[in-house]
Amino acid sequence: MRSNDVKSGGTSLLSSLLRGGVERFYPRSPTVVWLPATLVAGAMVLPLVYLVLRAQSADSGLWDILVRFRTLEILGRSTMLVAAVTGATVAIAVPIAWLTVRTDIPLRRFWSVTTALPLVIPSYIGAFTLIAALAPRGIIQQLLESVFGIERLPDIHGFWGATLALSFLSFPYVLLPVRAAIRGLDPGMEESARGLGYSPWGVFHRVTLPQLRPAIVAGALLVALYTLSDFGAVSLLRYETFTWAIYLQYESVFDRSVSAGLSLILVALALGILLFDALTRGQSRYVSGGAGGTRPLRVMRLGPWRWPALIFCGAVVLTSLGGPMSVLIYWVVRGVSAGESLSSLWGVAGNSLYVSALASVACIAAALPVAILAVRYPSRFATLIERVSYLGFALPGVVVALALVFFGANYVSPVYQTLGLLVLAYMILFLPPALGAIRAQLLQVDPRMEEAARGLGLSPLRAFISVTFPLIRGGMLAGAALVFLITMKELPATLILGPIGFETLATKVWGASEAAFFAEAAFPALLLILLSSVPMALLVLSDRGSDTVLLRAKK
Amino acid sequence: MTRARLSRAIAIFLVGMLLVVALAAACGSDATTKAGQAEKEPGNLIIYSGREEKLIGPIIDQFKQATGIDVGVKYGKNPSLVATIEEEGNNSPADIFFGSDPGSLGALQHRLVLLPDTILNRVPSAFRSREGKWVGISGRSRVIVYNTEKLTEADLPDSIFDFTDPKWKGRIGWAPTNGSFQTFVTALRKAEGEDAARQWLEDIQANDPKVYPKNTPIVQAVADGEIDVGFVNHYYLFRFLAEEGESFKARNYYLKGGDPGAIVLVAGAGILDTSNNRENAEKFLEFLLSTVAQQYFASQTFEYPLVEGVKINPLLVPLSEIEVPDLDLSQLEDLEATIELLRDTGVLP
Repeated sequence: MRSNDVKSGGTSLLSSLLRGGVERFYPRSPTVVWLPATLVAGAMVLPLVYLVLRAQSADSGLWDILVRFRTLEILGRSTMLVAAVTGATVAIAVPIAWLTVRTDIPLRRFWSVTTALPLVIPSYIGAFTLIAALAPRGIIQQLLESVFGIERLPDIHGFWGATLALSFLSFPYVLLPVRAAIRGLDPGMEESARGLGYSPWGVFHRVTLPQLRPAIVAGALLVALYTLSDFGAVSLLRYETFTWAIYLQYESVFDRSVSAGLSLILVALALGILLFDALTRGQSRYVSGGAGGTRPLRVMRLGPWRWPALIFCGAVVLTSLGGPMSVLIYWVVRGVSAGESLSSLWGVAGNSLYVSALASVACIAAALPVAILAVRYPSRFATLIERVSYLGFALPGVVVALALVFFGANYVSPVYQTLGLLVLAYMILFLPPALGAIRAQLLQVDPRMEEAARGLGLSPLRAFISVTFPLIRGGMLAGAALVFLITMKELPATLILGPIGFETLATKVWGASEAAFFAEAAFPALLLILLSSVPMALLVLSDRGSDTVLLRAKK
Repeated sequence: MTRARLSRAIAIFLVGMLLVVALAAACGSDATTKAGQAEKEPGNLIIYSGREEKLIGPIIDQFKQATGIDVGVKYGKNPSLVATIEEEGNNSPADIFFGSDPGSLGALQHRLVLLPDTILNRVPSAFRSREGKWVGISGRSRVIVYNTEKLTEADLPDSIFDFTDPKWKGRIGWAPTNGSFQTFVTALRKAEGEDAARQWLEDIQANDPKVYPKNTPIVQAVADGEIDVGFVNHYYLFRFLAEEGESFKARNYYLKGGDPGAIVLVAGAGILDTSNNRENAEKFLEFLLSTVAQQYFASQTFEYPLVEGVKINPLLVPLSEIEVPDLDLSQLEDLEATIELLRDTGVLP
């Protein structure tokens, strides 16, 4: 078997399936790595255990219901949406990542910050804006009518609307890891390629892009799973997916058993995506000879190309961030007359920042051992743990929240309705963004450097901390930023698991918009976006690597 | 070695943050333990509310002030709260479930206790659980919201059945997943029979209604002219009017002749069988049915009071002038058969 010969840098489910032997399954990794990784995986399995328990308690007709649900049809629709959104996000994110890291595009930092922010836009607000703008008789139509006399646009609802909304809401999942990966590139490889006579495009295509592949795949995987789990956008844009069907069961029928059955099919679909991802990851190695990113990368001068580049970035930011922001600002302006005030929101904003920070730290802390296990100590066991860690991201928040209600209230009641349990829910839901970012960066670090440090007498832990840690810092920060941004807007788990009386900006927005007090919803929503932009801006501005690049570009 | 120092700093920082997480968890659990213990003493009350804070927060504050009872409220969507209470089982911290439609109250009925007559008898029997397990607190009527640029009241029919006419094709908006809509369908079944209800659903389907996730976007879409009419609850319009002013291009229309489309629904509350706080819970229900609280719902949330002798908001059509169908609200808890019908007709997947 050929695969037996492969000393793999990346992990492939297929190859580890092909490899036999018990020794392959059990970890040959330090306890400090496999123990926490196993604990994390154990937490990730909780929702699955809950779903199986619930699905079993269903009436005998569960299978009938699944058949009646046109399960295959919904499966097809979900898959189509996942494929379309994933493709679109990669097409949006990779050029932006390149432009904002490797070129002298004007307002580079502005674009760096603003292109990450669509992540904080709750999907129902994003979808609402899209509908307001692109509905058959929406804002765009009114503009077109005054100029061209167009009386009706094609209906935005359905597949294309959902694809558009979800793509513009979720492309930062690809953007952030790819940006981190671009920064971690070893300039030496590109220089060698140029020396060998490749054109700039050839260098990008043959050398750079393959290096970015793990980050792109990691991001695309997140987008795919996020698309599976989204409810807000698909329900507003009326495209029936699995999550929609699951919510319907909770919301209309109060039937937790059928929901659980449907959720398990969703899990199966997610597993399919994860398997597909594993098969496409392949066996490539991504490490370079030296420490990547220690020297600044070449900056491309855009010249006249900066205009189309600017238009591209501008269009993306306008659609994904400008649209929702202007709707919110419109509501706020309207609300000024209604006498709304910000003063009552500071405590709530503090709660949002606090839990989001806790969630980021928890996710990074949980992702580190899993990523190290998967990259440094590949085995079936490691593969299993890493894959399992992704499942929570594909599940609707309400499912994970109810699972923790069940276990929390009945088995560990002292922690029920505490922030601890809420943060655990965030970790289960949002671990993959952190994991993906760290994993992608870890792949770029040559393990021989750590080995060398150990050869010089450092303990494995010290070697990791002093050699590898600084090199994957970018990935950790990017992962933390992702988790922070999506926790800021998280709703179902926060509502269900938050301590009594615990409010965040997201629950405020929901409460007010539910009651149709839009002006009142707009204040916390704007604050949510503004506060989220602060850590994002800090992340971008504090990046010393990008500073050097900027300096060089100015010379 | 600045790099080593840097990584040490980062490591210390991360460990510190982890400690903060642990500490927060510990503090949090302290707080709950206290709350859990205190629950057993008089002076506390935990409410799970499917009604929005904006609407009932002020009246709960009044209750706190009047009684000195420390009230904790968990706000959420009705179905999520029902599911949460079910999952919590015997360990549910909730004393009261305050739901915004008879469907969710009916779904939780098996977890609610029998209420004393002194509470039940405050409202007409049509507005409470037949088994005496929940009581209506405030009423809302089903209406037709219409675009004022395209239609006048004269253009609108008397009955919900008239909307099956092909002339309404593509002009209707509805929210089949919405609890109030489903309760209306239950009313349709009980008032006109299963066959008539099925026929109505099929005929409306044939008219290509636009599907919305809830009432609010329907009212917005009507005002924007995306659709001409929508089947909604009456009070959403008044919130838009409060924000947008009189120029908002939508108004409510009440169907005539005791049509099921003009049914009056209630938001209601009940006491959980796992509550250790029944005395305070009853006090709270009594308070909600007091003239003060009923007056609050009437004047502040544009809803209908259910207790005699309370004045309604002058913008509202008085309950006595709405030609409501002759139906008992407790008949409307039967959500299951309605869902079945909605699925059969393809309205719900």
